[in-house]
Amino acid sequence: MDLNLDAPHSMGTTIIGVTYNGGVVLGADSRTSTGMYVANRASDKITQLTDNVYVCRSGSAADSQVVSDYVRYFLHQHTIQLGQPATVKVSANLIRMLAYNNKNMLQTGLIVGGWDKYEGGKIYGIPLGGTVVEQPFAIGGSGSSYLYGFFDQAWKEDMTKEEAEQLVVKAVSLAIARDGASGGVVRTVIINSEGVTRNFYPGDKLQLWHEELEPQNSLLDILNAAGPEPMAM
Amino acid sequence: CFQLFLLLLRFELPSSRKIFKTRVVNRKMTHSSVDLPPKGGFSFDLCKRNDMLTQKGLKAPSFLKTGTTIVGLIFKDGVILGADTRATEGPIVADKNCEKIHYMAPNIYCCGAGTAADTEAVTDMVSSQLRLHRYQTGRDSRVITALTLLKKHLFSYQGHVSAALVLGGVDITGPHLHTIYPHGSTDTLPFATMGSGSLAAMSVFEAKYKEGLTRDEGIKLVAEAICSGIFNDLGSGSNVDICVITKGHKEYLRNYMEPNPRTYVSSKGYSFTKKTEVLLTKITPLSERVEIVEVAGEAMEE
Repeated sequence: MDLNLDAPHSMGTTIIGVTYNGGVVLGADSRTSTGMYVANRASDKITQLTDNVYVCRSGSAADSQVVSDYVRYFLHQHTIQLGQPATVKVSANLIRMLAYNNKNMLQTGLIVGGWDKYEGGKIYGIPLGGTVVEQPFAIGGSGSSYLYGFFDQAWKEDMTKEEAEQLVVKAVSLAIARDGASGGVVRTVIINSEGVTRNFYPGDKLQLWHEELEPQNSLLDILNAAGPEPMAM
Repeated sequence: CFQLFLLLLRFELPSSRKIFKTRVVNRKMTHSSVDLPPKGGFSFDLCKRNDMLTQKGLKAPSFLKTGTTIVGLIFKDGVILGADTRATEGPIVADKNCEKIHYMAPNIYCCGAGTAADTEAVTDMVSSQLRLHRYQTGRDSRVITALTLLKKHLFSYQGHVSAALVLGGVDITGPHLHTIYPHGSTDTLPFATMGSGSLAAMSVFEAKYKEGLTRDEGIKLVAEAICSGIFNDLGSGSNVDICVITKGHKEYLRNYMEPNPRTYVSSKGYSFTKKTEVLLTKITPLSERVEIVEVAGEAMEE
């Protein structure tokens, strides 16, 4: 097993963005890996761009952090010049400009989600090459491979806020169960006309899936469990 | 003939200048015929030559790496940083007692792992930038400023500046602890470890860390984590350095713990061979003893 602590930081990741009746729900896991080592087991992959627009980051940690830092700066200036909150479409477009024009050097897939007064809740997926696609729901990251079928079956139009969040949490936890590069906790961000709500679901509180074990506090619990009686001499 | 080959690469053959009577171009010791504006960043021009040399059998010199265990944790009143003190050059220990906790600002310190030259250079550079920024703004430096300066620099060198850092400090917004990776990504954590001994140290933290540690508990835990790295990782060793930063106060505990003393010191001391002729047994000190008088007033910043 090759640890390679010098490997670039990548977020294996599962990221999800879902629209519902009145806003959007963004969800992500929290594992950042360097080769086979988990460098950060509680990272926050949903970063704020403006008060009403957030972005889910996946791929190279450094690239995605730098892109979101630049876009936050541009959006801040744009908001001042415009005189009102930036729209989700403009945020997505700024990200797309950076991602497309530097496509040879960047390795990051992003999902932009937010709420503005013109279009309501919107989700834009910006995968590796720099395309921008407006979608009712978007999934990304290495763990998303396991969720395409799940979403085809489970997503429906006009969900309520609670339904949408439960769907996102269920989906991320399914991906965590199957993808080695995703893990930790599930973080969700709900954005609607009223504002932004951040939620946190610790890993051991998530539903267990097929053949998963109960979380153990310590290996000593298993070792100290009653074994066969020692033979008497 | 190998050295000749090197010379030929660096200097042009003088005959070519007489044959071609073109307009005088400012010729430098490069192969290009026009003046190029100085390029920023690294120049990888000599990589082809280095490849050729290694193929011929010349071994490239290895660089000084700090194998390292560096840690940081946030406790009740601030931040504690810890580091081991071994610097390696391949399999050899080049420095048994080096300093890996670098000064960034009076309230911010930074531990560095990776190539020793890179960590020294990058922390010195950002420390100077922070000082200039302090003069300009008239305020104490914030940890996030150091973080942004470091991350911008490291990202622009795309991981070639091999510096993995644990940055910690206490500013007006409170205590902060960050890790910075060579490619430019950062994480903000309550406890962090980096370097080759990071797994050993992280296992200690994961088992024993809790929020709201007192100063003594925190120092004990950091020392334990570094010792775990020192004894279980070949790239880390020697002593434990600790730095405690709280609001308005810092303590740099150099060699807080020395768990690797020289156990077998010859009691005879150093003795010369029988043939050595003793010329003089008087010892003359090279400089006179100087008395330091403390003057009441502002102490100079480091």
